[in-house]
Amino acid sequence: MENKNLAVSVDDLTVAYNYKPVLWDIDLAIPEGVLMAIVGPNGAGKSTLIKSILGIINPIAGSISIYGKPYDEQRKLVAYVPQKGSVDWDFPTTALDVVKMGTYGSLGWIKRPKQKEKKAALEALEKVGMLAFKDRQISQLSGGQQQRIFLARALVQNASIYFMDEPFQGVDATTEIAIINILKELRKSGKTVIVVHHDLQTVPEYFDWVTFLNVKKIATGPVKDIFNDDNLTKTYGINYKVSVQQ
Amino acid sequence: MELKEYFSLVFTDYTLRTITLGTAILGAICGMLGSFAVLRKQSLLGDAISHAALPGIAIAFLITGTKETNILLLGALISGLIGAFWIRGITRNTHLKSDTALGLILSLFFGFGMLLLTFIQKQPNANQSGLDKFLFGQAATLLARDVWFMAIVTGICLIILILFWKEFKLLLFDADYTKTLGFNTKFIDILITSFIVLAIVLGLQTVGVVLMSAMLLAPAAAARQWTNSLSVMVILAAFFGAFAGVVGTGISASQDNLSTGPVIVLVAAVFVIFSFIFSPSRGLLFRQIRFIQNRKDLQLHKTLAFMYDIAKTHEDKSHPHAIKILNNFHGFTRKSLQKLESKNYIELDGQMWSMTQNGYHFAANLYNQQINTNND
Repeated sequence: MENKNLAVSVDDLTVAYNYKPVLWDIDLAIPEGVLMAIVGPNGAGKSTLIKSILGIINPIAGSISIYGKPYDEQRKLVAYVPQKGSVDWDFPTTALDVVKMGTYGSLGWIKRPKQKEKKAALEALEKVGMLAFKDRQISQLSGGQQQRIFLARALVQNASIYFMDEPFQGVDATTEIAIINILKELRKSGKTVIVVHHDLQTVPEYFDWVTFLNVKKIATGPVKDIFNDDNLTKTYGINYKVSVQQ
Repeated sequence: MELKEYFSLVFTDYTLRTITLGTAILGAICGMLGSFAVLRKQSLLGDAISHAALPGIAIAFLITGTKETNILLLGALISGLIGAFWIRGITRNTHLKSDTALGLILSLFFGFGMLLLTFIQKQPNANQSGLDKFLFGQAATLLARDVWFMAIVTGICLIILILFWKEFKLLLFDADYTKTLGFNTKFIDILITSFIVLAIVLGLQTVGVVLMSAMLLAPAAAARQWTNSLSVMVILAAFFGAFAGVVGTGISASQDNLSTGPVIVLVAAVFVIFSFIFSPSRGLLFRQIRFIQNRKDLQLHKTLAFMYDIAKTHEDKSHPHAIKILNNFHGFTRKSLQKLESKNYIELDGQMWSMTQNGYHFAANLYNQQINTNND
């Protein structure tokens, strides 16, 4: 990260729901243009970390900056793909409508999406291979298709930094490949992508940057340098190498 | 008075017209805002708020000593709002789930309200009776200015709804995401909740504390069955609500001594039942019909697939085969063969059948997921 810009920088972040911290004193510097996985066991605070960066959760202490400025001033540079299960998919709306929601932020209060926004939404749907489903009621989409719709909604935001909360959860191989290809394309065009990820096997193949998290930050850096048994063991608390071999 | 007579009188009789207009407007605003409550899974919020309004009415009477509706409703509004924001506070700051918070506030406020009502009744004051009309409502007490007031509030509510439509929709669907886009979700949330409280308070005089939540939920639940679009749902719910108001008032006016509020609620409930059964996409009836239809198609397709397996072994795909060879397969009848023929999948000729080009192609791609999803 020597001469690269920092896309996201997190300083002394501590989050607690009750008395016990979910995240403890996290310092994290994410350079521009990386495709980064956040890995860690259940309850390690992975989702909480990105929700705190995005201002959905109020931290007890710490500060976040996006390209050197406070998050509030840089909102338009950031897009978010929440966990698929976080919304009610029986909501009365269509795929195209959900994707259009990605334009609401740049529209601001009261203004309605017009042709331009519709066009952008259609393009995003096309990118994720869902154009044919644009008028489908969202409950009639499969889990993988719903995930693609969420991705399209974030693409419409045309952000510089993308945060994704387990985009591969419960999707089939076709969708997983489609999604990772889009993420790699985003990186190629200079965007920064941060993904909460569960499948350790695919980390070296999909990502070039990784953060190990378990309440505290264990390690962060290039996959080729730090994705090793030592860090995995430190994060997951078991002897990773031995467990895999058995 | 006959129902028919009512409808001829409604345009000429001043009182009747006032009441009908009032219940129609009330139904419309409740339907609109009820859609939001239903989609936020806050169906019980209306119930809690309406019950929470009762002590406000009693306290307003105790302080002012008047039975002026507007003053009593102001009391209802204040205590309804306090109830609503307590519920919000409880769910945000404790580990209690919202149903617990709702139940807690509902019974607490209602109990306190009933206590105050009985206290008021024991007062040596001739003016005290009539407060209990707020329990079940009394549409007959609606005055023209009440209706005007309702109309104005509904108008304002409509304007706000249209202005902030995009924001409301976004918050209803995905609150966290709304926050990340930079919208003040607290403001939108308070706006929606306040309007729901307002609609409830408006309805207390007509429908009463106990039944008010049905006015919010029934039209919205019915409307949801007919559409997959939020805007259509809100419009339909408003329409159903207004219609229930008018019909309910008509029935109650044409039958002596039937109180209006419960009749309106019952009419709305009939809408709900009708919608649950007869809605084309979500209704029970058509779902069952589709289910049976699909089962039949499935049987037909099984037969066709069996025929396909036979036909594909021949050079000439439409080579005729004896019907007899289907005998070791149990999925077919004369009727199903005729049906296949009518769909132009096979041709029948005496005791022989042969596959058509169309049928062969159809059978070859039957339930082929890859192709089917591409065709969608």
